Amino acid sequence: MKELLILAIVTVFTLITYYLVEPFAHSQMHKHVESEGFAYADLQANIKKGDVTRGKALVMGAGACTGCHAIKVAGVAATMDAVTAGASYGVNPPDLSNAGIVFDAKFLNDLIKNPAHALMVEQKFDVNAGEMHPMIPFYGAGGNMDQEIEDMIAYLQSIAVKPEGLTPKIAYETACGRCHAVKYDKWTQIGSKPIFKHKKDALAFDIKVLEYQDTLKAYMGKLPPDLSMYIRSRGEHYIKTFVENPQNYLPGTSMPRVGLTSESAKKVIEYLEDSGDAKRHEREKVGANVMIYIIFFAIFALLWKKQIWRKLH
Amino acid sequence: MAHFTKATSVKDWLNQRLAIEKVEKVMASEYWIPKNINFLWAMGMILVITFVLLLVSGIFLLMYYQPNVDLAFDSVNYTIMSEVGFGWLWRNIHGVAASVVFLIIYIHMFTGIYYGSYKKGREMIWISGMFLFIAFSAEAFSGYMLPWGQMSYWAGMVITNLFSGGSLHADGLVEWIRGDYVPAQAFLTRFFMLHVLLIPVAIMGLIALHFAALRIPHVNNQDGEEIDFDVESKKYLAGDKVGSKVIRFANDFMSKDMMVVGFYLVFFFYLVFYHYGFAMDPVNFDPADGLKTPTHIYPEWYFLWSYEILRPFSTNIGLMAFAFAQVIFMGLPFLDRSPNAIPASRRGLFKYWFWAMLVNMITLTAMGKLPPEGIFSSIGFYAALSFILLWIALPIITILEKKA
Repeated sequence: MKELLILAIVTVFTLITYYLVEPFAHSQMHKHVESEGFAYADLQANIKKGDVTRGKALVMGAGACTGCHAIKVAGVAATMDAVTAGASYGVNPPDLSNAGIVFDAKFLNDLIKNPAHALMVEQKFDVNAGEMHPMIPFYGAGGNMDQEIEDMIAYLQSIAVKPEGLTPKIAYETACGRCHAVKYDKWTQIGSKPIFKHKKDALAFDIKVLEYQDTLKAYMGKLPPDLSMYIRSRGEHYIKTFVENPQNYLPGTSMPRVGLTSESAKKVIEYLEDSGDAKRHEREKVGANVMIYIIFFAIFALLWKKQIWRKLH
Repeated sequence: MAHFTKATSVKDWLNQRLAIEKVEKVMASEYWIPKNINFLWAMGMILVITFVLLLVSGIFLLMYYQPNVDLAFDSVNYTIMSEVGFGWLWRNIHGVAASVVFLIIYIHMFTGIYYGSYKKGREMIWISGMFLFIAFSAEAFSGYMLPWGQMSYWAGMVITNLFSGGSLHADGLVEWIRGDYVPAQAFLTRFFMLHVLLIPVAIMGLIALHFAALRIPHVNNQDGEEIDFDVESKKYLAGDKVGSKVIRFANDFMSKDMMVVGFYLVFFFYLVFYHYGFAMDPVNFDPADGLKTPTHIYPEWYFLWSYEILRPFSTNIGLMAFAFAQVIFMGLPFLDRSPNAIPASRRGLFKYWFWAMLVNMITLTAMGKLPPEGIFSSIGFYAALSFILLWIALPIITILEKKA
């Protein structure tokens, strides 16, 4: 039938144009990086089995973690507030309450031994000039160092929330939140912005954020971007593969490899979807209803046409 | 003064004052359309529906949009997209319709070119249509500025820069258009005004002109046949609906239009809910930053072909080629010298010209988005050159065309 032939021609030319300007053009403009499945193949797995009790003693004592890191679930408060910590270390050191579940064990193992290596930011620190990453490597507490590290990791894993308790916000806060604000969720680098009764308190909070951002900017080279709309501007695939290894996209960047597990990366993505694509569930629901309605409309329109044109042919 | 009698019904009352029966006849039941048409003749109605969707969704968006450089981005991406009930729906409809309307405009244009619907008294239909195309282009461009994302800002920068005229260095003109040295508050506010007031008003006026231009020459048909509308309409009214070559606008033509509209809306709402990404560029979800030029700056897909005519040449020649591309379609009725107003398939060399032009414009569109490097750069250059040569060839091949 002639009309179907015309429709086929129109459709083919439309699809060719679409293919060329969308999938093809984007494949040429942007480098494609395959996900490594959060395997961290360059890092060595520690085969020793960790002991929670010894790990706790190390974390709290000889390992000296709590000199800088808070562990709220274990009752260890931060030694200083976020702004002062930022000024001292460049970035506020993370609370370790959930480090055991958010970060990959292999990654933690390497991080404790050699932070700049695990984080892939060795290019930032000129060893000859005496520069080093603000997190001090663990040189051992007198015993077998690999065993000690594994004990500490075992302890961190034991205090972290269970997998079903890992919320998108916990994952984001632990992994990204000390550098990246998400203003659509009222998240700042020093925590969620509370609702203040008095304007001067709100302004005082904003000043703290600005002070923190200043030291962060000096440490990172630029202020890390707000991630509110990143799910739309970068998309899931980019964010995942970027977080896995930022150097793949931006060689030399000061953004560290974060060492997320595949599960916690999913939670981070979910958090970004909640801020940048908040109405996605409603969209799917409304979409299905509208499609049903409009298909019925098209069927009735077709029947109406047939009824009228029967008399015209 | 006219003579009024006591009305026998509401209809009679209105009839005496507004002549509604006569209006209905003129506009619908005795507005005659050829019967020999295919679904491409419904593109006009689809455009009307899409324009209404744009207008209605635009009105809802206007209630929450803030034309301020500090607030615009968040008012769109946060307030409208997550706070306002169904704000996301109106935005998706507006964004998708703005893109799809150009797809339909191009189909509508190429339908006109294929069937020779710009010839023999139909010149004003074509010309008013091209004015509508220009108005829609200005509307699309001004609307693209409003979310104040990276692409808004940099597209605004690049396009307004074109007015410096290359070696003419009319920088004063560029500043006058922007209201500043760079796109900033003055720039955003004036494009907001253009987008929500001046251009929509112009579009509505042009739509009226476009429809009026149809009345006297009537709608073309699939075979370019000259129909005596008086004779054929009498035949229809006498009851010979099957033998008559014409049909009523309503409900005969309308029922077919609505059928095509029905199928179109299935496609349209599929895009709105499940495949809207093509209409909202990812780069524009980064807020405008005058200190950070995006790696690739490109316009929306419907401007790519003319962008690619600008790009492969040196500045001055590029601008001239670009200006040529903007106005040349307007001259189509006069550059086509053939006496035949029939489908391209029966028109000698013009048949090849039509398909060559279509393929050429798709090639330009693709190259306009791809990075101008290596093979893409060469293809773009030759495609731009071919575009100009095709238009130079048009009068020649159509003069040579024999009378069918």
